[in-house]
Amino acid sequence: MITLDKVSKRFPGQDGFAVTDLSLQVDDGELVVLVGPSGCGKTTTMRMINRLIEPTSGRIAVDGRDVMEQDPVQLRRGIGYVIQSVGLMPHRTVGENIATVPRLVGWDERRIRERIQELVEMFALDGGLIGRYPSELSGGQRQRVGVARALAADPPVMLMDEPFAAVDPIVRERLQEQFLDIQARLRKTIVFVTHDIDEAIKLADRIAILNVGGVLEQYARPEELLRAPASDFVRDFVGPEPGLKRLSLMSVADIDVEAGPVVHPDAAADEAVAAMEPFGLDWATVLDPEGRVLGWVDRADVTGRARVGDADVKRFAAYVTSGSSLRSALDAIVSNRTQVAVVVDEQERYRGILSLEAVAKEIIT
Amino acid sequence: MGSPFDVAWIAAHLSDILGKLIEHIELTLLAVGIGFVIAFPVGIYCFRHRKVYPPVTWVTGILYTIPSLAFFVLLIPALGISIVNVEVALVSYTLLILIRNVVAGLEGVSEDTKDAAKGMGLTRGQILWKVEVPLALPVIVAGIRIALVTTIGLVTVSALLGYGGLGFFILDGFGNYFATPVLVGSVLSALLAVVADWGMLALERWLTPWRGGGRLQVST
Repeated sequence: MITLDKVSKRFPGQDGFAVTDLSLQVDDGELVVLVGPSGCGKTTTMRMINRLIEPTSGRIAVDGRDVMEQDPVQLRRGIGYVIQSVGLMPHRTVGENIATVPRLVGWDERRIRERIQELVEMFALDGGLIGRYPSELSGGQRQRVGVARALAADPPVMLMDEPFAAVDPIVRERLQEQFLDIQARLRKTIVFVTHDIDEAIKLADRIAILNVGGVLEQYARPEELLRAPASDFVRDFVGPEPGLKRLSLMSVADIDVEAGPVVHPDAAADEAVAAMEPFGLDWATVLDPEGRVLGWVDRADVTGRARVGDADVKRFAAYVTSGSSLRSALDAIVSNRTQVAVVVDEQERYRGILSLEAVAKEIIT
Repeated sequence: MGSPFDVAWIAAHLSDILGKLIEHIELTLLAVGIGFVIAFPVGIYCFRHRKVYPPVTWVTGILYTIPSLAFFVLLIPALGISIVNVEVALVSYTLLILIRNVVAGLEGVSEDTKDAAKGMGLTRGQILWKVEVPLALPVIVAGIRIALVTTIGLVTVSALLGYGGLGFFILDGFGNYFATPVLVGSVLSALLAVVADWGMLALERWLTPWRGGGRLQVST
């Protein structure tokens, strides 16, 4: 647990405060993102936790122990640290870079070797990279090595300053997903700094939005931040489409699906029409005997046909699964001519449908 | 003058030539060695205490600008005509180059690398020896390279004081209107400079495998 209690920082020779009277608590296993415009003191705040910068006033404690009462070198060895430019040592191989903190704290070589192997696998890096120098790696590989290095001695607390900012958006997205997977397993206590609100929304358990001068505007879960911004500043910073952003935080599994009209290819035309009526719709999903989705037919298609299968069964433009976000469900709704998202399981078996009303209900407050 | 290239003279003086060559190398290595032993800690001190650097540059800069012959002669009242006189002058010439390169090398180390090292819990001394010095090595070794080549040239001048290595032959040849020793002295000292230059380049590559120098072919 990390506790900041009325922490302020004023740099010598500067008029204003870089951080003003900031109180914040990061619980064990929680990923807190500090976000805000440049000059909001987010990096300064992070760097005060491992004493790279010392507060002017206030108290910072890691696991209940005041950082100012600890030896800064020992303190830092117990806290993982990743920066934007990664800061890998160019004259050390990937393996040696990862081994930095374990060597400092005196692990034996065998344990270090095993740990390097474990981390290389955890981050899906090619084992052949262990003996390479940082200059021989791609940007994405370097960032992963940087995070792996910070985790090497298994510190309970991690500080990360824009660790994914230096790579292109596609690589960044992949690194974020991988990092979330790893964090879900390791449950580290993390303070993560970014200027990118979308990254914050995607990664954070809680977000602290800071204004210029290190003034805390709001400290809340991403969903709450989007639903109930505490100030105009937060509203502006969160940016356009807060509703869509909230939908991206929720998954199809979070809401109930409707049964929807279904019909088998062997059914008669009247049966199809009878299936549609209770839902007030004039189309039905066509399922094979195993329950897999074949497509859909409307009333006009089946009229005059002996069986549904004789009609022209049209395919849906998009499907969603229970793991899909509500934002992609919304996309499926507006993409399908039937105006619903069809929910299927991993084997493409039919689970039900989501209507625009059902999704919209989640973001109307 | 006699024949410009008298093979018989060379054959007769082989052991002399070898002796002077070794003396030349010894005088050079001693000067650069002592120069480095002084310049390395001074350079580190200047890097950490920036206020000291301008006066240090000023003093070493003045030493560097004194013409070599004048320097040797100026030191005679204090040190006499001795190897100490010669080495004091030679060492003085290396200081500007070496200190400047030590400081420049240390300054060139990326702030991010140092920040990451500090943030991981390296002490000040560990950052210096494990991060800053290794990464400054290419620039420091380049300084040693220039100092070596410069000193090899200066040693020939110190022959005037009787401690000149291959310079002895140049002086001797001129004195006797005999070209062969002049040629031997000049060519060998020039060759020595070239060999030292290549040797240091190889050393620099060997010391810095991370820069990929070993694998890159010289293409320019």
